Amino acid sequence: MANAQAEAHHDDRPTGVRRWLFSTNHKDIGTMYFILAITGGIVGGLLSMGMRTELMEPGMQVFTNPEVFNVLVTAHGLIMVFFMVMPSTMGGFGNWMVPLMIGAPDMAFPRMNNISFWLLAMAMTLLVLSLFMPGAPGTNGVGGGWTIYAPLSTSGTPGIAMDFAILALHLAGASSILGAINFITTILNMRAPGMTLHKMPLFVWAVLVTAFLLLLSLPVLAGAITMLLTDRNFGTAFFDSAHGGDPLLWQHLFWFFGHPEVYILIIPGFGIVSQIVSTFSKKPVFGYLGMAYAMVAIGVIGFVVWAHHMYAAGLEVNTQAYFVFATMVIAVPTGIKIFSWIATMWGGSLSFKTPMLWALGFIFLFTVGGVTGVVLANAGVDRSMHDTYYVVAHFHYTMSIGAVFSIFAGWYYWVPKMTGYMYSEALGKLHFWLMFVGANLTFFPQHFLGLAGMPRRYADYPDAYAGWNFVSTVGSYIGFAGLLVFLFSVAYMFARKQKVGDNPWGVGATTLEWTLPSPPPFHTYETLPRIK
Amino acid sequence: MSSDNSHKGKRDRKGLVALSLAGLVAGMVGLSFAAVPLYRIFCQTTGYGGVPQQAEAAPGTVLDRTITVRFDANVDRKLPWTFEPVQRVMDVKIGESNLAFFRATNNTDEPVTGSAGFNVAPGIAGRYFTKIECFCFTKQRLAAGESIEMPVTFFVDPKIVDDESAKNISEITLSYTFYRNDDQSDVVAAGRELNSGS
Repeated sequence: MANAQAEAHHDDRPTGVRRWLFSTNHKDIGTMYFILAITGGIVGGLLSMGMRTELMEPGMQVFTNPEVFNVLVTAHGLIMVFFMVMPSTMGGFGNWMVPLMIGAPDMAFPRMNNISFWLLAMAMTLLVLSLFMPGAPGTNGVGGGWTIYAPLSTSGTPGIAMDFAILALHLAGASSILGAINFITTILNMRAPGMTLHKMPLFVWAVLVTAFLLLLSLPVLAGAITMLLTDRNFGTAFFDSAHGGDPLLWQHLFWFFGHPEVYILIIPGFGIVSQIVSTFSKKPVFGYLGMAYAMVAIGVIGFVVWAHHMYAAGLEVNTQAYFVFATMVIAVPTGIKIFSWIATMWGGSLSFKTPMLWALGFIFLFTVGGVTGVVLANAGVDRSMHDTYYVVAHFHYTMSIGAVFSIFAGWYYWVPKMTGYMYSEALGKLHFWLMFVGANLTFFPQHFLGLAGMPRRYADYPDAYAGWNFVSTVGSYIGFAGLLVFLFSVAYMFARKQKVGDNPWGVGATTLEWTLPSPPPFHTYETLPRIK
Repeated sequence: MSSDNSHKGKRDRKGLVALSLAGLVAGMVGLSFAAVPLYRIFCQTTGYGGVPQQAEAAPGTVLDRTITVRFDANVDRKLPWTFEPVQRVMDVKIGESNLAFFRATNNTDEPVTGSAGFNVAPGIAGRYFTKIECFCFTKQRLAAGESIEMPVTFFVDPKIVDDESAKNISEITLSYTFYRNDDQSDVVAAGRELNSGS
């Protein structure tokens, strides 16, 4: 197991239930978050295999009831967002690395850290249980998509599955809010002497910005889904137009949370990629302050663009014009980041180890997703693309390729530090190329399907869309093979037990965690490091 | 280095930061609920998204320009009524008070109560399309098999010609959707004079 590590100290180190269930150690909690995220990734990945297999050919092959397909779409989205990406970027890397990178002994509130994790574990259990509860008439599970728009989520899904999902989101939200309070307090109060805000590693900046986004957006989701819950069970009419409510209000509230949420998924990835590009170029990151404040700017603008998800909902033309403009402004700080990564590499002494491959894959393909985002930002264009596979392709280039590639980049970058073992370079590269080819083959053809008008969230399609759907499904199988290689490479790493030193990456790795042994002792920084 | 005192100071500061962040969370939850009435008030006062205005009487000034008003009627499938405008279209003078009728028929053999939601298109016209009386202000109960004509009194505000983005509007559509509303409080039996009890 990951934690059969040699004890560096013979200090108080609990075992068994006391160590894990009652854990207050940021490293152990981070490890548990990784286990949860990998579990979520496997479940979410299997769900997508079900969807892609159904879509491989026209007609119904896998499912007899098309609503079951929609249940899989919904569960795939919710699991990947709340139980795969967020637990790995913030929960896993955030918990493990933020205290190590700022020279703090642990998180500010270790016990709150524990409750954050276990709330999330319960949330995931509730969401998985919802799959087996009655939802829409005649089907189990929630089939309304991750956006759970009213009235489909109120009168359209009378079964208890929706209530399970709503409570799962409540718990996941509470977990993330507590985690965010913990991160902000840690970063603001527990930096080692000499580490000013403007000397913090960019990953810590990314976590700080993300924590503020969580803190401001998740309460709105909590409020909105509480209204959904009372509309469903206690006779209120927030979203019921028959009784003076307004279903559009749901969309406004949801996307006020939902748009910052997509930056919550990607900004930690920006931080991870910045660390890696700098390490493997053996140069400090280009335009450090610009990089940090670009993330702040993306976070701030992210709160005022939500209605670009609602162009087809009947907004006034002037309102649409504003949201088009504001959305396009986001391309500016994002461009600053992309060009600064390129400038960091420029003239650097590059080495293409596995983490760097993932980071480069991230930069190239996230840019593709960003460009299609600028296309979709146009209300006029969106009128034709709305809810087509073009949108699916766009957000999978930013999420499935962007966020996931940054997570794997971070995994290969920090796993020697976290476990003390070197991963297999050959398996890591095989994993990268399978995922790179697989993800592109899956999602690039979906641009063509979307442009040709194929709508998302349907289990079947006309014959005209058969060709590219076949290609897309083959690509998803290749990507899934990549996931299996990843799981094998993790097992192989723990079996091979090839020890690494404090700093396997050499002079480029300048942040504090590389001054510690690998794996770091159970308690770190009992005497605080001093930053010059 | 870290004496007991400075350590204690750090702890207090952590608590303070966490407490203010928790306050921020509580504030955002509060705002999400405050959004419900604020959203409604915002739409009613600005006419945003085609919410018509209300007034006691027509302004008195009548312009020598006409606008075509179209009428649209819809019924939610849970409400067993037929509902249609008596006239599909009216040419009205801007500023003039007008009377239009909608016909509703209860197709069942028991009394059914409904209430109507309303909207005008284009959305910008909501600021100027003003109702004086409307069957949509209250719930309506129709006896078994009853069929009635329900009035709406409205005018188009003359200020519309001063608005750069609205002055070229030549057609406004007034749309109603009737929903079943089984909540029996505050019901007006159809056929009674409107606004008399409310």
